Amino acid sequence: MLPGLKLFAVLGVVVGAMGSIPAQAETIRVTIDKLVFAPANISAKVGDTIQWVNDDVLAHTATVEGDWDVMIPPKKTVSLVLKKAGDVEYYCRFHPNMKGRIAIAPK
Amino acid sequence: MFVRLSTAVAVVCLLATPTFAQGAKPTDPQIAHIAYTAGVIDITAAKQAIKKSKNKEVVSFAKDMVRDHEAVNKQALALVKKLKVTPEDNDTSRTLAKQAADKQAELAKLKGAAYDKAYAANEVAYHKAVIGALKTQLIPASSNAELKSLLQTGVKIFQGHLEHAEHVAAELK
Repeated sequence: MLPGLKLFAVLGVVVGAMGSIPAQAETIRVTIDKLVFAPANISAKVGDTIQWVNDDVLAHTATVEGDWDVMIPPKKTVSLVLKKAGDVEYYCRFHPNMKGRIAIAPK
Repeated sequence: MFVRLSTAVAVVCLLATPTFAQGAKPTDPQIAHIAYTAGVIDITAAKQAIKKSKNKEVVSFAKDMVRDHEAVNKQALALVKKLKVTPEDNDTSRTLAKQAADKQAELAKLKGAAYDKAYAANEVAYHKAVIGALKTQLIPASSNAELKSLLQTGVKIFQGHLEHAEHVAAELK
């Protein structure tokens, strides 16, 4: 085997090993205050947790049409682990003027 | 002819949507009373809907209205207590309550799908009217910053309910 090729093979193993280390899952906090999701636009990756902190006296939801529907009771915090990649737009079923967006990258 | 037509249009508008008395600028105690009354009216209408309607979406919307307006009115009462303001009855509150009672009597005569449609249509009209009154009269007239802020949140709540009501009304067509 040529020395160059051997080095390449070693590098390949190292890169492969690095790729298999799972990226640290993060918790991203979204505050709900006076019918506003803040921040409204977030970037996350599969495995991350979204934590909605509801400061309002009203119940809200984080709903994705045809997918998840998270109930967020007044003055409560609710979490959701992101399972699949994609750009999702969510809204509150009770107050459809409340909107948010999550860009979910693959793991 | 043109004059007569516009008079007719004005009359129709008066019949279709609740009117807010125009005139002297309301005081904070009066504004608090009007805002509270506006919430109570929607709760009363919703309770009638919960009893009368068999439509799942209508009943669920009505329950949302009861829950939200009760929560906001509780917050409003806590605020007036903190500010040591006593809500004061006034012509606008009385007109609103009278119009709402008339509307409720009218809706009481309807049944089934006819009732559901009329309730949803009235919710759309009512929320639009309250948003208009909040933006053009009550918010500009309010002097206390916390009361103003609560009314501004009120606009967002009513706008949310309006979109929800429009969605329910569209589903019933």
